[in-house]
Amino acid sequence: MSAGAVAERSGIAHARYVIGENPVTAFAFGLFVAIVFAAVLGPSLVPYDPLASNTSRALQAPSAQHWFGTDQLGRDLFSRVIVATRLDLTIAVASVILVFALGGLAGIAAGYYGGWIDKVIMRIADTIMAFPLFVLAMGIVAALGNSVTNIVIATAIVNFPLYARVARAEANIRREAGYVEAAKLSGNGDGRIVLMQILPNVFPILVVQMSLTMGYAILNAAGLSFIGLGVRPPMPEWGIMVAEGAAFMVSGEWWIAFFPGLALMIAVFCFNLLGDGLRDIFDPRRRT
Amino acid sequence: MLLLIFNRVLLAIPTLVGVVVVTFVLTRALPGDPAAYFAGPAATQQSIQEIRVKLGTDRPLIEQFGRYISDLARGELGNSLTTGQPVGKEIKARLPASAELTLIGLLFAVMIAVPMGILAATRPNSFIDHATRIVSTAGVSLPVFFTGLLLVYVFYYILGVAPSPVGRLDVFLSPPRHVTGFYLIDAALGRDREVFVSALKQLVLPALTLGIFALAPIARMTRASMLAVLSSDFVRTARASGLSPYKVVVTYAFRNAMLPVITTLGMVLSFLLGANVLVEKVFAWPGIGSFAVEALIASDFAPVQGFVLTMAVLYVLLNLSIDVLYGLIDPRIRINS
Repeated sequence: MSAGAVAERSGIAHARYVIGENPVTAFAFGLFVAIVFAAVLGPSLVPYDPLASNTSRALQAPSAQHWFGTDQLGRDLFSRVIVATRLDLTIAVASVILVFALGGLAGIAAGYYGGWIDKVIMRIADTIMAFPLFVLAMGIVAALGNSVTNIVIATAIVNFPLYARVARAEANIRREAGYVEAAKLSGNGDGRIVLMQILPNVFPILVVQMSLTMGYAILNAAGLSFIGLGVRPPMPEWGIMVAEGAAFMVSGEWWIAFFPGLALMIAVFCFNLLGDGLRDIFDPRRRT
Repeated sequence: MLLLIFNRVLLAIPTLVGVVVVTFVLTRALPGDPAAYFAGPAATQQSIQEIRVKLGTDRPLIEQFGRYISDLARGELGNSLTTGQPVGKEIKARLPASAELTLIGLLFAVMIAVPMGILAATRPNSFIDHATRIVSTAGVSLPVFFTGLLLVYVFYYILGVAPSPVGRLDVFLSPPRHVTGFYLIDAALGRDREVFVSALKQLVLPALTLGIFALAPIARMTRASMLAVLSSDFVRTARASGLSPYKVVVTYAFRNAMLPVITTLGMVLSFLLGANVLVEKVFAWPGIGSFAVEALIASDFAPVQGFVLTMAVLYVLLNLSIDVLYGLIDPRIRINS
């Protein structure tokens, strides 16, 4: 058995140990599977067309026929909440992948090269951090134009400093590491060292960062669509559905805003728990 | 100490410059022509050009930036294109509403979260410890607009104890005479009991919403930092010397544990200022957040730009005062400088 296989097996064993020790992480993982299931298969499983309105059944309370009730246009809320999973998750995942690529690479470059590259990248990160993040996201969407793509971009930009800082710190420690020196001495160029030596080592830490920021990305995107940016009705999306139901809260039709809000909360809760769990697996020292 | 404050203020200047540049870039240097937008779909090339000249967007970028800076220096943030009103005036008039809401929300959060964190740290694995852990994980997962709506449903619709969630005051009352712009303070100064009670009633739910949101990170940090301090040597020495548990926790541990908590306040404020926008939308609160949201929907750039700039400047100043406060509380920083 090779050394790599042993390391891999002990990694899986450690993961199994952490999940076994911490039932909360196991629960979060179960939720995560359910959310991904809803996002992938949801649209083909739901009982009603999420866009089909039927005014004769408008504003019905939850019942056996309509589990989550119907909205002001008679659309089935259960179908809408489930179908919305895909869009909400896509926005969050896309923004996190974008910031992973941008922030991660920028941070590694800053940490590895130092000098003016480091100064410029860190100054950009500091300037972004000088804004209240949601406010900056609003400003970016306002400037770039009101679309889902720009929500993804704005969410990625406000998370940039977090990724850049983590990646920079990790790359900085590894710059002087033995294996990097060895790679340098055997004639590897800087680009090759960054991609083949530094990146694979910083990768797990950035993955933890990804799951920790997923929850925030979902909240941020839903907040933006709640105030009317990005997603347009009648497209089902949790933030905009809560906004649509807000007016009915004061007249007692609670279910219109409640179920999409609950779905949003469960998704964010799941990713936060999962992020903490993953961090425990990869970086036991930072456990709180 | 004065030198420390002076140095910290100097450090804030490049940040402020960065903020101004970013807000400028956000509206001027990006693709899309606001002139074409405001001229409407039926506009001719000539009328678009006229609006461009009026807005100054036909000038070179560097000249536009110079004009933007000189306007800012005079406190001008441009005019709203939908209402024609100067943005600076509107933001100044609405700022106290947002500030009152945010401050009361933060106060509420600190008053609940700090004792909660301390109790959780002094009684590990007790009921309060588990409750704190649940609250601090669930609290960060709650979308703030959702919490607000749930509170409205429970306290306004079901229980009927809260007033209608619209604005800062009952519609039949007129606002107190303007002194600070904070209705609670102004009403108290004017000895107007009715207005004070009405303003307080309107404020409770939105402030509670913000407070619940800010509670989680503060409680989490207080707990972690208290735990670290309680296991340190000087606390052991204090205990061994026979000091009362109260004195050990409150005088010795608490004061040291508060330092990291004050540092997290900066991050909490970042979230709080953002959440403020959402809460203002839910409760139709006439602050700068709802002003910006209305402008965003109408694609009216000047108010949004003014809002983003105001919020960022406020945030930089708040962080500055947190750092100064930190220096005042922690003697080590004063000595080391």
